Amino acid sequence: MEHARMELARHWRHRHARYRLQGSRHTTTGAIAFPPRDGSEWEPTLLSGQGTVVTYTVIHQPPLGHHGEVPYVLAIVALAEGPMITAQLSDCRANEVQIGMPVEMVTRLLGNEGDDGLLLYGYKFRPLLV
Amino acid sequence: MRPVYIAGTGMTAVAEHWTRTALSLARDAAHLALQQSTINRIDGVYVANGSGAPLGLHQNIAPAVAHALDLHGVEAISFESAGAAGGLAIRHAATAVAAGVADAILVVGVEKVSDFLDEHREESMALTSDTDWESLHGVTLTAQWAMLMRKYMHDYAVTPHDFAPFPVNAHANAVANKLALYRFAISADKLAGAGMIADPLSLLDSATMADGAAAVIISATPASAAPPVRISGSGVASAPVALHERTDLLDLSAVRLSSQRALHAAGIPANHIQAFDLHDPHGIAAVLAFEAMGYAARGTGTQLGSSNAIRPDGSVPVALSGGCKARGDLFGALGVYQIAELTAQLRHTAANQVPNCQHAMAQSMAGIANTVVTHILSRD
Repeated sequence: MEHARMELARHWRHRHARYRLQGSRHTTTGAIAFPPRDGSEWEPTLLSGQGTVVTYTVIHQPPLGHHGEVPYVLAIVALAEGPMITAQLSDCRANEVQIGMPVEMVTRLLGNEGDDGLLLYGYKFRPLLV
Repeated sequence: MRPVYIAGTGMTAVAEHWTRTALSLARDAAHLALQQSTINRIDGVYVANGSGAPLGLHQNIAPAVAHALDLHGVEAISFESAGAAGGLAIRHAATAVAAGVADAILVVGVEKVSDFLDEHREESMALTSDTDWESLHGVTLTAQWAMLMRKYMHDYAVTPHDFAPFPVNAHANAVANKLALYRFAISADKLAGAGMIADPLSLLDSATMADGAAAVIISATPASAAPPVRISGSGVASAPVALHERTDLLDLSAVRLSSQRALHAAGIPANHIQAFDLHDPHGIAAVLAFEAMGYAARGTGTQLGSSNAIRPDGSVPVALSGGCKARGDLFGALGVYQIAELTAQLRHTAANQVPNCQHAMAQSMAGIANTVVTHILSRD
């Protein structure tokens, strides 16, 4: 029995970040943040989705709910605007991934709760198509 | 503030205790500690347990432990801060005794994880990451250490082989520890052939969680026939939970800050520590901790392994009881096991004894060093 962890509101409230990589821009300093920040000094800003791989791993022993994805590549990506983000890499083989590799954001299925549950979509990154 | 002593210690074996409950393990460890001590009144029971709530087993176990020990009505507090729970319970007990709020507190660390499959344990441990922005994407703690190891290998041109001395040392030391989970040696060659859990971290460079309980009596008096051992310093620090929110991925800043605070409180320089026990589920964790604390320069931490400095006869002996890798990963109970094990070092009764050990360091953490607690133990 899997946890009922893909609750609707919990994911809906992050929809702008998950679906179009909306972060935050500091109104005074211009600093860019992702995940988005709360507070009156921050305003929404769309990120380009372009970045490079800072580091990565290939997961063979997954946590609950990710069995069907094994082996999958998980990475920390430095976004072009500055912030780093943790996400899976998609549309590539594990042995093709390298530190420094240019990547771009794509929307993919992140989780499937089963027949009565949610299909959860959000960002992954793939090698930059040239 | 009064000096604070270790008046008794007790540990169960680290194992898959199929016939036992968390409460019965906790009771065993506590009885051993109480037998070792001349304390006749316990003012409080602090219980560390990191996995009970996320695994859906129990929450706030402290009053149940107090009741099981027939300590009716005593102050009983649960510490559930994941892998840092044990260290934090020790710190708060020591603080209460030092301040005169209590004269003797029984600290128990207990974990009961073997009833759950690996994927459940991985998920419960992954809750100590950022759940919305890390765990959701299939992150595990092992995966995060693996990403740090990959970056380290890239930045400093080292290979997985360079990390092998850490699990090899841990296993070699565990052979003499009758309570260890894995009492056998492994070779660097065998390690090289092990299957991957999260590439580049293999099975043989990854700790196994297991069941066990440890107990320590924190007291205003030595209250024991053994040579007095004091908690001479303690420090806690925090860092951003999500790795991607840290400015320098390979800098475990909370390790540095907590160790500095603990050494400052103890009033001794870093090079006076003769025995270490770190939160070392993988070689990379020990390497980054030693670098953050200044025992190795950035990018040179693996040389502590290749030069044998980490072995019992080296300059920074670590994992003397087998570490997380071979003694077993006790998660929230680790911080209490460490104090019990290092107390034996300072009483000069340890299985892998460092000659004339006067000062030792215990360090445990939640997540990837988002809360880190460090203790210095000293023999007068």
